[in-house]
Amino acid sequence: MDMNQYLSMFIDESNDHLQSLNENMLELENNPEDIGIVQVIFRSAHTLKGMAATMGFEDLSSLTHQMENVLDLVRNEKLKMQDFIFDTLFKSLDALQSMVQDITQGGEGKADVSSIVASLQAIVKGEGVPSGNSSSAPATKSSAESGNIQLDEYQYSVLEQSIAEGHKVMHINVSIREDCQLKAARAYLVFDLLERYGEIVKSHPTVQDIEQEKFDRSFSLYYITQKDAAELQSMILNLSEIETAEVMLLDQDTLSQLVSGVKETAAATPTAEVASEEEAANKTAGKAVPDADKSKPASRTAGGSAPSRTIRVDIDRLDVLMNLLSELLIDRARLEQLANEVKRSDLTETVEHMSRVGSDLQNIVLKLRMVQVDTVFSRFPRMVRDLSKSLDKKIDLVITGAETEMDRTVIDEIGDPLVHLLRNAVDHGVESTAQRIALGKPETGTVQLRAFHSGNHVFIEIEDDGSGIDRHKVLGKALKNGIVTESEASQMTDEQVFMLLFAPGFSTAEVITDVSGRGVGLDVVRSKIESLSGVVSVESKLGQGTKFSVQLPLTLSIISAMLIKVGLEKYAIPLSSIVETGLIKRDQIRNVHGYTMIPYRDTHIPVMSLSQLFDIPDFAEAAEEETEMVVVRKGERLAALTVEDFIGQSEIVIKNLGKYLPSIQGVAGATILGDGQVALIIDPNAFIK
Amino acid sequence: MGEEIKVIVFKLGEEEYGIEVDKVQTIERMIPITRVPKTFSFVKGVINLRGVVIPVIDLRGRFGLPEADFTDQSRIIIVAANEMEVGFIVDSANDVIDLNSDTIDSPPDVVGGVKAKYLQGVARISDERLLVMLNLSEVLNRNEIIQLESLEG
Repeated sequence: MDMNQYLSMFIDESNDHLQSLNENMLELENNPEDIGIVQVIFRSAHTLKGMAATMGFEDLSSLTHQMENVLDLVRNEKLKMQDFIFDTLFKSLDALQSMVQDITQGGEGKADVSSIVASLQAIVKGEGVPSGNSSSAPATKSSAESGNIQLDEYQYSVLEQSIAEGHKVMHINVSIREDCQLKAARAYLVFDLLERYGEIVKSHPTVQDIEQEKFDRSFSLYYITQKDAAELQSMILNLSEIETAEVMLLDQDTLSQLVSGVKETAAATPTAEVASEEEAANKTAGKAVPDADKSKPASRTAGGSAPSRTIRVDIDRLDVLMNLLSELLIDRARLEQLANEVKRSDLTETVEHMSRVGSDLQNIVLKLRMVQVDTVFSRFPRMVRDLSKSLDKKIDLVITGAETEMDRTVIDEIGDPLVHLLRNAVDHGVESTAQRIALGKPETGTVQLRAFHSGNHVFIEIEDDGSGIDRHKVLGKALKNGIVTESEASQMTDEQVFMLLFAPGFSTAEVITDVSGRGVGLDVVRSKIESLSGVVSVESKLGQGTKFSVQLPLTLSIISAMLIKVGLEKYAIPLSSIVETGLIKRDQIRNVHGYTMIPYRDTHIPVMSLSQLFDIPDFAEAAEEETEMVVVRKGERLAALTVEDFIGQSEIVIKNLGKYLPSIQGVAGATILGDGQVALIIDPNAFIK
Repeated sequence: MGEEIKVIVFKLGEEEYGIEVDKVQTIERMIPITRVPKTFSFVKGVINLRGVVIPVIDLRGRFGLPEADFTDQSRIIIVAANEMEVGFIVDSANDVIDLNSDTIDSPPDVVGGVKAKYLQGVARISDERLLVMLNLSEVLNRNEIIQLESLEG
């Protein structure tokens, strides 16, 4: 069978499963007694194993198999979860992750997992596995070509427990009429019917194969329900084109008979693994132990199998869609302008309608590209856990606003800076447990990771309740590294001092750890965030904690901007950085220490002439008595740009200037106006020091 | 035997230059150019070519030749090389010829004031007619521009 077409599906699903394994393991670590979580983990691991085996990734499936063994013991309360077990399982997850990564990159997913496998096996054995009755164990790992359905240990135990709890377990064999045209559709109807009244544990052939009509005429399945066998049979037969339906009610004995039939074939195959036998033995021995309530995993199954209302779309196609929309917006602006010139009411109406539809379309396309920050945040709990372990600190990571949505391109880029800030908070922010106790703080430190929308921006904040930033330490270090001078240092506000942390080559950690503190770091974070048109800032109270906030634009490709005119040239200024527009009299402009300043509100702000900054010809600014100005903002700092005229507000599509031009200070890109002309987009940040 | 290549012929002053046709995307008449501040004088600005913003340079300026006013004959040749798209302003462009690559000789040091490193060779088309083939990747070499920038800055 050609596996290629399934490969991408396999990779996607494996990643999903690995993610959920990771999440659930973390949850389990917090509630080690919750068997329900173990069930979920077991299911994920099991599905992963099955998929890997189908795709022929043996190392992957054998490692998951060993994990399953351990989890199974836990599930049956044969084994208490302990720290070293968690660590081993997490290590296994990491190994699995790297194997899947390898497969993603075209490798064969091979890895030397023998040491992890050995420690997993040691865990299984270490708990004193009861031996002896393995002869009755339903080892079902065989690949024998049996007509019977092969149940694995988990499915077997599900059936067994259902019987014990008074549910009816049935083996159903359905054959479809020979002249049936759409066998898969008929089979689907049967499955649909059955799922309404109970749960299908296992089918032969598999559901996927049946969906693809990869079966002859009949299929059989194990089924848990409350209905009568006869009632079910008649319901199935009522469906059209069904020839026969044999429904056999199973009890404990018939079930084990059915399965042991398989077991014999399995015994004949020498590949049956010792570990699986042991594990199975355990289960048989431990079946009297009451499992966690059955309904919980069952209901999760139902949730999982509900048809999903989403589809996966290649990100490239979305990019194409976005580009096409940009073209459309440019044409729209052109049409609006033409309609204004032509002044025909019916044309104007049509264009207006088109504009509205265009705006809606733009919103939808932008939304399509939105991804929840959860896709980035989800890997952090695990990271913080590992970090705090290796640093021997106790840390709670509290995530809020994971459902906040951001543009895909921003999401892809923001991961690394956030990792850095989090590491920073865990390593430098939160004190060691001993220190915390000495300070009378709660033993467990808290790191808050928050995301929220505000205006056209998304804010991500990372706040710890640690020691805070020591102004004097930062300044001392900055002086030593020659980043600031003594006289500058005494005049700096706390905020300015903290921003020194982002200066290149700055690290205040007294002890260099392998976690952070190599001195390259926060400056990289800042430049990355700024390259995304974002801003990073820091607040801190000594002894109480530190908060890093990252402000990011919602989207990178379409922005609202103010169009302005100077001489014959038009420019766009992003609305997000405009505080207000206004008029000033030229005689209000003062010279202070070589800077031109104007009074603004209660303070003075620097004022700059755009025509001077950009050497714009054909505009005699000095001749004006009053001049238009745009007050722009970078963080807390303000500045005014004088311009000749305001044109108006517009949605513009950001284009780059082409690779040939080196980056130009003060120019963020270009856009195409309604008249087809190119206008440069001003980056006001570049003018504010 | 060399291979046959098609070459776009354009003029700077009296000299005729050639660019291989597969490097040329289109040839446009002069269209409005948006000036870009704080860049080299030979960068005339950017144009909107069917929704794509493309930088335009004056090839005379790039080669250090005296700049001339644009005329009706002036053209913008859009070339794509080194994964970049750039427009060249030339005095005129009105010919496509076939050339055998064997007829291209290595260039003399300077042709009409243009340094040899920007040239790929010289092709003799007829007794009086010489065609100077451009070395596009050198003309578009950004490292050199960045060096220029640091000198000027």
